[in-house]
Amino acid sequence: MLRFEARPAPSRLATLLSPLIATLATVVAGVVLFAALGHAPLRALAAFFVQPLATRYGVGEWVLKASPLALIAVGLAAGYRANVWNIGAEGQLTVGAIAAGGLALAFDGTTSPLLLPAMFVAGAAGGMAWAAIPALLRTRFRASEILTSLMLVYIASLWLQLLVHGAWRDPEGFNFPQSKLFGAAALLPVIVPDTRVNAAVLLTLAVVAAAWVFMQRRHAGFEMRVAGLAPAAANYAGIPESQTVWRGMLIGGACAGLAGVGEIAGPIGQLMPSVSPGYGFTAIIVAFVGRLNPLGIVFASLLMSLLYLGGEAAQLTLALPSAVSGLFQGTLLFFLLAADVFIHYRLVRVRAVPAGAA
Amino acid sequence: MKRAAAGADPAAPRLVLTGITKHYPAVVANDGIDLSVAPGEIHAVLGENGAGKSTLMKIIYGMVRPDAGRIAVDGVPVTIAGPAAARALGIGMVFQHFSLFETLTVADNIALALRAGVSRRALGRRIRDVSRQYGLPLDPARYVHTMTVGERQRVEIVRCLLQDPRLLIMDEPTSVLAPPAVAQLFATLRTLAAEGVSILYISHKLDEIRALCERATVLRAGRVTGECDPRRETVASLARMMIGRDLPHPRHAAATPGATVLAVDRLTLAAQDPFGVALDSVSLAVRAGEIVGIAGISGNGQRELVAAITGERTVPRADAVRIDTTPVGRLDADARRALGMAYVPEERIGRAAIPVMSLAENALLTAHRQGLVARGFIRRPAMRAFAQRVIAAFGVRAAGPDAVAESLSGGNLQKFIVGREMQQAPRVFVAAHPTWGVDVGAAAQIRQALVDLRDRGVAVLVTSDELDELFEISDCIAVMAGGRLSPPMPARETSAEAVGLLMAGPRTDAREAA
Repeated sequence: MLRFEARPAPSRLATLLSPLIATLATVVAGVVLFAALGHAPLRALAAFFVQPLATRYGVGEWVLKASPLALIAVGLAAGYRANVWNIGAEGQLTVGAIAAGGLALAFDGTTSPLLLPAMFVAGAAGGMAWAAIPALLRTRFRASEILTSLMLVYIASLWLQLLVHGAWRDPEGFNFPQSKLFGAAALLPVIVPDTRVNAAVLLTLAVVAAAWVFMQRRHAGFEMRVAGLAPAAANYAGIPESQTVWRGMLIGGACAGLAGVGEIAGPIGQLMPSVSPGYGFTAIIVAFVGRLNPLGIVFASLLMSLLYLGGEAAQLTLALPSAVSGLFQGTLLFFLLAADVFIHYRLVRVRAVPAGAA
Repeated sequence: MKRAAAGADPAAPRLVLTGITKHYPAVVANDGIDLSVAPGEIHAVLGENGAGKSTLMKIIYGMVRPDAGRIAVDGVPVTIAGPAAARALGIGMVFQHFSLFETLTVADNIALALRAGVSRRALGRRIRDVSRQYGLPLDPARYVHTMTVGERQRVEIVRCLLQDPRLLIMDEPTSVLAPPAVAQLFATLRTLAAEGVSILYISHKLDEIRALCERATVLRAGRVTGECDPRRETVASLARMMIGRDLPHPRHAAATPGATVLAVDRLTLAAQDPFGVALDSVSLAVRAGEIVGIAGISGNGQRELVAAITGERTVPRADAVRIDTTPVGRLDADARRALGMAYVPEERIGRAAIPVMSLAENALLTAHRQGLVARGFIRRPAMRAFAQRVIAAFGVRAAGPDAVAESLSGGNLQKFIVGREMQQAPRVFVAAHPTWGVDVGAAAQIRQALVDLRDRGVAVLVTSDELDELFEISDCIAVMAGGRLSPPMPARETSAEAVGLLMAGPRTDAREAA
């Protein structure tokens, strides 16, 4: 008989191996799934994991999708490590895009090199403002930020739709609900030829590095980790809960807002009724798959991005239903959580013992 | 009427343990332990923290399965599969930390532990009978959250007695009791023993063991290091068996107090939750170079008072708490530290220390003003050096500044925390139960450090359940009961009896009369 036994200390080896084991188990589950659907499993796996990266353009798309995921996830992770549960990054991204897009439209036609930096500032400020609402409600009225931040996602989305259907609709856009295309001064330069990879990727890398420094080397980051690991210790040391909530929400909001700017000033190039395919929600998964660690988040965002692209490729070449992509993501998360058990527990063989007393 | 196991030999010892061994990853908790308890014997199990007492008791009560060794009850070899099996064998246990539902009545709590099939009225009658028989007054209809800790312990004991135990395990039962309640408990235990019930009494309070027990088994590092008749031993000789060397005594010269450093002025504070205690116009002054001890049964407002003094809880009237002459009532704990306060709380893990962080990071938690942070950046070498200084100065047994807090034993972690707070050159030092659950050697060291701190002119405030400790180190003692604080009494001019009477408080008297 096998039984789980608590390890005296968390296993470092299991911490490192757990994502690999989970990925392998997901692949095995995928083989079974594809075989059951009547597809050659190896061809399907190739469609998922190899085909999207077969071209230079494909690799560019991979990085382009991973970048906003990583950017949002490192911001969320700062809050999550402090038990601040910002679920509304999608809404903060949207408001960031609205703020930056408004600026781009207001200064349409300018050639000033300051427009793009100003858009990023506006985007970060917009994301922070949207995140400040749940922070205020939590610190003033003890309202759960999980609920309020999530509800604000839908409000932000409706504001964006109102704007692109109304005030900001392109007058020459044949009544399509979208804004004018942004001018050149409001668009990010492409940094790798023959791809759509733009300068936002550099910003993401800079933010990831800054997040690591903040959490590991800054006293403020230490205080947030303490608040997450032991709230009673934070109170004992005089780290105010409200300060932790504000920091966590604002960092998450700023990063999501920046990601929103990266989308509209990058691949999209204008405001549309939706400016994100759910990056703000997927980033929550990315943050946890990356163990709330900046470097881990970079890998997790690449993995999640590949699953998106693979899902699309599988739809195109194998005519698999789009639900398969979601199923794959869910399977991966499931195995990841299951593999995590081995970090704190190990399997031991126990001899059968006679039950009951004499 | 006591049941006996089938095939029991009436002349056999009630319990015999032979060669009980239990390994945990990295430690041997019990190493070939032999123990024998006769019927009607009150047998002490003595040992420092981590000596293996708790593991041994859990093995007897069926909560832990030994790796090797034999257990015999009344001469019959048994395997105890779980607490239910232990109870079926007539083994009962009263835990140090109670397992009662606060929102239920006494009768409800007891009914939950018993097998179904007893009518509520019959149960109420039995509770009243048993509690009268053993001098443990208890009203079955009372809600547990309205009861004092001593009364709750009675519920636990009565719950055990209703199952007709023939062996009763008591784990540190007096840590929550006022002296009069301790005397009452001892009388109850002696009555039980006279009826043939065997009692295993676990404690580190040597005086009590000498007063109560006929035999004692001493454990050190998982092994039996001695067996004796504690009535024929001295506290010093018992301590030597327990820690393997002589117990140091704190040097304690008369105090020469200076100006008032910490003042609490008519502090009144509502309870934060239904089970908390409200503070009722508490006033207190601690002068430089003196130790003020606050005695009291736990749960009488000490926790609330300490939280208000240290800033874990802010108070609306800033003037109610002052450091020197600065009103600090509205400042958080960190702001009060900036004014010279240091504080050792009663909980080590999760409050004074973050279990999964290293000692160096745990030093940073409160000592960040000691040059460990520069312009917002953590200075890692300074942080490790500070932790290393604490480890060296207080003889903390740890692998080094990078050791994780939870890898330390309770006593060593407490030494680290006390050291971390003392190394910050405080002017006011607050310690809540500084030696709770700490072995006698470390406890003596911590008490000496508190006295040394006083001699350097620090104002020291200590709360403790243990009167002996307070009398040993305090210059003044005040008593907390029902959220009120008595006027301070010079420790040399008062007695344990006088303090004990105040600890019981008028409130408890009224209840017991009812």
